[in-house]
Amino acid sequence: MAAGRAELVLVTSVPLPAAALQDGSARPPAGGDGARPGRLARRAAVRRVLAQRCVQAVSVTVLVSTACFAVVQTLPGDVAMRIAAGRYGYDGVTAATADAVRAELGLDAPAWQQLLRWWADLLRLDLGTSLVTGRDVGAELALPVASSLQLAAAALVLAVAVGGAVGTAAARHPGGLLDRLTTVWVAGARALPPFLLGLLLIVVFSVHLGWLPAVGHGSTSSVVLPAATLAVGLSGLFARVTRDTVAQIGGSAFVAFAETKGLRRRAVLVRHVLRNAGLTLVAYLGVQAVLLVEGVVVVESLFAWPGLGHALVHAIFWRDVPVLQAAAVALGLLVVLVNTVVDLAGLALDPRPRRREVVS
Amino acid sequence: MAGNRLVLTGSAVVSALLVGCTGTSGADGRAQQADALRVVGPFELHSLDPATSEGFFTRLGVAETLVEADGDGRLQPGLAVAWEESDGGSAWSFTLRPDAVFHDGTEVTPEAVTAALEAARDEPASPLADAPVRAVTAERGGVRIELDRPYAPLPAVLAHASTQVLAPGSVGADGRVEEVIGSGPYRVERVELPSVIDVVASDGWAGERPDVERISYQAVGRAESRALMAESGQADVTFGIDPVSRQRVEGADGVEIASVTLPRSILLKVDAGHEVLGDVRVRQALSAGLDREAMATALLRDPEMAATQLFPPSLPEWHDETVPALEHDPRTARELLAEAGWTPGPDGVLTRDGERFEVSLRTFPDRPELPVLATAVQDALRELGIAVEVQLGNSSDIPAGHQDGTLELALYARNFALVPDPLVTLLGDFRPEGADWGAMGWSDQELTGTLADLADGADDATADAGREAVAGILQAQLPVIPVAWYRQSAVVSDRVDGFTLDPLERSWRLDELSWSS
Repeated sequence: MAAGRAELVLVTSVPLPAAALQDGSARPPAGGDGARPGRLARRAAVRRVLAQRCVQAVSVTVLVSTACFAVVQTLPGDVAMRIAAGRYGYDGVTAATADAVRAELGLDAPAWQQLLRWWADLLRLDLGTSLVTGRDVGAELALPVASSLQLAAAALVLAVAVGGAVGTAAARHPGGLLDRLTTVWVAGARALPPFLLGLLLIVVFSVHLGWLPAVGHGSTSSVVLPAATLAVGLSGLFARVTRDTVAQIGGSAFVAFAETKGLRRRAVLVRHVLRNAGLTLVAYLGVQAVLLVEGVVVVESLFAWPGLGHALVHAIFWRDVPVLQAAAVALGLLVVLVNTVVDLAGLALDPRPRRREVVS
Repeated sequence: MAGNRLVLTGSAVVSALLVGCTGTSGADGRAQQADALRVVGPFELHSLDPATSEGFFTRLGVAETLVEADGDGRLQPGLAVAWEESDGGSAWSFTLRPDAVFHDGTEVTPEAVTAALEAARDEPASPLADAPVRAVTAERGGVRIELDRPYAPLPAVLAHASTQVLAPGSVGADGRVEEVIGSGPYRVERVELPSVIDVVASDGWAGERPDVERISYQAVGRAESRALMAESGQADVTFGIDPVSRQRVEGADGVEIASVTLPRSILLKVDAGHEVLGDVRVRQALSAGLDREAMATALLRDPEMAATQLFPPSLPEWHDETVPALEHDPRTARELLAEAGWTPGPDGVLTRDGERFEVSLRTFPDRPELPVLATAVQDALRELGIAVEVQLGNSSDIPAGHQDGTLELALYARNFALVPDPLVTLLGDFRPEGADWGAMGWSDQELTGTLADLADGADDATADAGREAVAGILQAQLPVIPVAWYRQSAVVSDRVDGFTLDPLERSWRLDELSWSS
């Protein structure tokens, strides 16, 4: 344990000699005393991140839901008519059903009153009821949120596993065959629109090979194709970033030093290269998770995956304002959550101390 | 070396993930194969309420209506075994099936039926709300419905899905339907809004037990996805197959295509109160300008679906072979337009007194053939010198445009058998003041009178003559211009036998299926 800590200090002090020299924690560890301020500093940093992100979550909720409300007000078409079309289908939407909807939902009230009502409800953590189905919005969105999280998580795991492994391998011989293949893969994967890629995967794995279900949400295996569709696009870029980061760190002085002092290559890779690369990769992963949201809408529609993208599209089409606001807020909060996790993971991974005044 | 090992570990993790998942799917797949019929369709379920569940539970055989109908629209016993009118047609009595039991074990009582019908009367989207019903009362072994005036189509209205009878236990304290407890051959096992419904055969059903014990319905929004599911054997019955996919799936192994002509027509709604379109010669010119056969062949892949009149042959009582068929005749169309005072302008667009012939056409993408047909109409009318702007929006834009008077042309598919008797839909669509999904700015005294007589009840010969008169007037006046008829297709796997499609789309007839040996 002590040896590991000493190495970490060395790692950071090479690229940042000035900081390291002024830094209290860069002194040789003197028994248990050095650990306490370090832990305190980390705890303070974690608290700071959580506090910042909480503020962000609240402001995202208010801003996103208000913006959604404003956007719906400016959309063309009569809201009651749209809701009636959602409820009764195109055979049943008439002026009479729309009038009944208008009277039932109080849509004649001025927009600012409707917005105030939403804010008041939100304060009580009441998301309201869907204008189309009449169900509680929380219940309405429980399945979509869970489904989207499941899909996004599966896609990320797949992308990280494939992209990370390929990128690390490619970095060993920059310019080698695998490296060049990775470049082709990156370009190809990004150039294929998810819609086309999804169809190709269905045709190959479902129609011809019969290995996987084409569409649906019933069995555990149905997540594989949609997740793979999303993961292919992500894995290419992830491989590229991993390769660049690992190659760059691999060429740095502290890795050369670690090798010189006789560490095995595996130990150098895991303890020095990957930990430092992890910082960049985790941050990059955060950005990718946000981009996932964008791909999810198309992929969910193709694979009939009952996720947030699906719920959002329907809510917009039907002018189901409470569901729309809640779905958009859920997506916004998802981004905040991902950023929080990325920050905390960065803190945990980063061997450099964050703030000197807490330490000294 | 370490890098290689990492790659190996990575690939091992991924393959384990994939294999693990596929393994489960194999097991799931076999379990399903053993007992569940997998049905896939484009429709999503958004609510359990009878008025808004779009007939899901009647189609699946979970809930029943008092009256049923066969494929030709002839009324059949449902929850009611018999019905008769009294008091000169201003009251009807329905006798309930004595052995009818809800899935929660309670009896289907006259009170339960009355409650269901009262709920339907309060629903603006139910045709029962438009019927002249004064009171619904429970009586011994049945229900009595009193009317304000005679209304012959009442039994047909009571076949509409919004009048399905659910057990009192279906409704929660707030009056909303919380679970669907019906009395049909299947009971609901699981509902996952908006896309999954699982049903199993009910033990309480007194009729013949269906061969298919379990049915699992899955809503899939995209037509491509549905076709691929059918092709890959992931669905046993697939509804909503578009013409292009149908052609492709026809070549696949292990599946068959079932199809049936629906009592549904694709038509152009015209604002007949419009200063230009109000001229009947102009409407006739628009109609003669459409090459319906080419449109049906190229876009619907089905030349037989070119409409020659409003009522398709699937409405045998209303389809009239004697009316002169609507034909593609651009020369007559030009002559009619010239008679109406329209002459080609410098850019080819017709003008009259300095006004250009420019109109808008609204349609919506819920039925995928509508936007392409709209552009074909646009092209056909451009040949005549009419500039049409196609506006693709939401289905509600059409009733909205009807109400505020901005609608000029609209293209949509109209179902004339929303209730088994098309008269109910026609009474609404062609009422003198116009209707959201019917005539606009147009009325005809003879037509109004004839429809009213039919609704009061007429003997067979008078009714036949009346229907003939209605078909003739609509063909001559063209308050709506027929474009195409409609064929519904479903892909059926060879795992099941005996699949037929209901032209009225009232039932999926899954209780009649049997597993192929």
